[in-house]
Amino acid sequence: MEPGLAGEIAEINVTYSMPERNAVGLHPFSDWDEVDWAGSRPKATPETRHFWEGCREGRLLLQRCRETGRAYFPPRPFSPYTGSRDVEVFEAEGTGFLYSYVIHQRPVPGFVPPYAIAVVELTEGPRLMTNIVGCPQTPEALVLDMAVEVVFRRISEEITLPLFRPQEGAR
Amino acid sequence: MSYVPGSVAVVGAAESTRIGVVPEMSQIMLHADAALNAMEDAGLRPGDIDGLACVGMMMPQQIAHYLGITPRWVDGTWVGGCSFLLHVRHAAAAIAAGYAKTILITHGESGRSRINAVPRPPEPESLAGQFESPFGVLGPATQFTIPALRYMKATGTTEEHLAMVAVVQREWAALNPRAMFRDPVTVDEVLASRMVAYPFRLLMCCLVTDGGGALILTSAERAKDLPKPPAYILGSGESVEATMVSQMEDFTSSRAFRVSGRAAFEMAGIRHDEVDHLMIYDAFAHVPLYGLEDLGFCEPGEAKDLIWNGNTRPGGKLPLNTNGGGLSYTHTGLYGMFALQESVRQIRGTAPAQVKDARISLTHGVGGMFSASGTIVFGKEQP
Repeated sequence: MEPGLAGEIAEINVTYSMPERNAVGLHPFSDWDEVDWAGSRPKATPETRHFWEGCREGRLLLQRCRETGRAYFPPRPFSPYTGSRDVEVFEAEGTGFLYSYVIHQRPVPGFVPPYAIAVVELTEGPRLMTNIVGCPQTPEALVLDMAVEVVFRRISEEITLPLFRPQEGAR
Repeated sequence: MSYVPGSVAVVGAAESTRIGVVPEMSQIMLHADAALNAMEDAGLRPGDIDGLACVGMMMPQQIAHYLGITPRWVDGTWVGGCSFLLHVRHAAAAIAAGYAKTILITHGESGRSRINAVPRPPEPESLAGQFESPFGVLGPATQFTIPALRYMKATGTTEEHLAMVAVVQREWAALNPRAMFRDPVTVDEVLASRMVAYPFRLLMCCLVTDGGGALILTSAERAKDLPKPPAYILGSGESVEATMVSQMEDFTSSRAFRVSGRAAFEMAGIRHDEVDHLMIYDAFAHVPLYGLEDLGFCEPGEAKDLIWNGNTRPGGKLPLNTNGGGLSYTHTGLYGMFALQESVRQIRGTAPAQVKDARISLTHGVGGMFSASGTIVFGKEQP
């Protein structure tokens, strides 16, 4: 992750609070302000708290099995590959590619359809569910395997969601 | 001790008196209605039943007490819509081990009328509540479907191919008076139906209905004294993978399908070309494609052609989802029971769209979002 991400987040905040964002098919969040978040709110557990704290600080944290060197997700204090508790938390690059998605057509609290529910494969290997922001929510714009990078959206005091946008010059 | 193929059989099988829209019955009564019909089918009474299985959301003790059954073996395995296939597998093992003599498996779901049905959104602290719910998911149509685009890219499967799955199953449904949708459809009509979650359109998604079903299993020996021709359990398999579809190992192939399918074929000791009739749980149009490939009926990427070329339609060499499936027959939310019922009907020779000389029937089930799988091989004869 590049330094200065906080600045980028501020920039994104400006971009996405423009009222015409839906008209051009951008991600349909009503705003980047937590008070508008009507969607489902995750609640951290002892095993996942570090991940959500990382997101709050603008860092995407993964875990790695020391024995195999392989990264994994979702968070847990042991390796799903070996059962070993010898694992470490590390900061991911925040990059990956669009692995698969659907474009949902029905309204869900916090979302204005159509919007993509996507799975991104991170450069380190693990996959996670997310939304793709910063591009039209269409099959033409959402090309499988396109490079994406993480951006963060704060939805409450405790929770900031990791979302992804097309990488500069992707496709 | 290993299971002897054919040593346990289904001797009672029935669906609820009505399926589809059944507002006159609550969820527990749909269980009971199907169970009473199955007991009548088998010539048995509640006092003859000493084992009971149903999905954990309706705990076995509720059904046992409601029906007046005193079980000495229960199973509340709850892994989604294929749970009943696991119940059949577990029941066969239990009967073979002497834990019970006669086991009843019930399903009832007021999926459409929602009478006594309890919706359960994931808890915000659950893994799904933390890592999937916040991204706008709304049930199976937005989760079960997510692997499809990756599968389509890897295999060259198109939206037309997905549509053809629905078209062929409607051909089967047209032959079945109990099917909810019976009018023929074309690929163009499927592709013109309302988009639900790209690339899935309405007619590529399963129905939402009310209904129930029940099965009764006993030993092959005891089956000989009962009125209906037994459907022998030749082999079975089961597996689970991830509750979160985003964590499915490979979006182009289900690990749970492969593990479960392989176990069932090995136990039954049969080849693919010996399967006369096939049921693959079709919650959405892509699932039978995964099933055909992961069970080994064709190579990866070939399922689209197998269906497109007419092999699975009426008169084809591999009759698939002959009741019309979850897409056209019925889908209460947990369709696996209805796939099993159709296999038993085919083995008995009583299906509305009967496959000629069906001697071996295979039912393959999926648990929501590819999270689980069960496979049962039925035979008309004891090996």
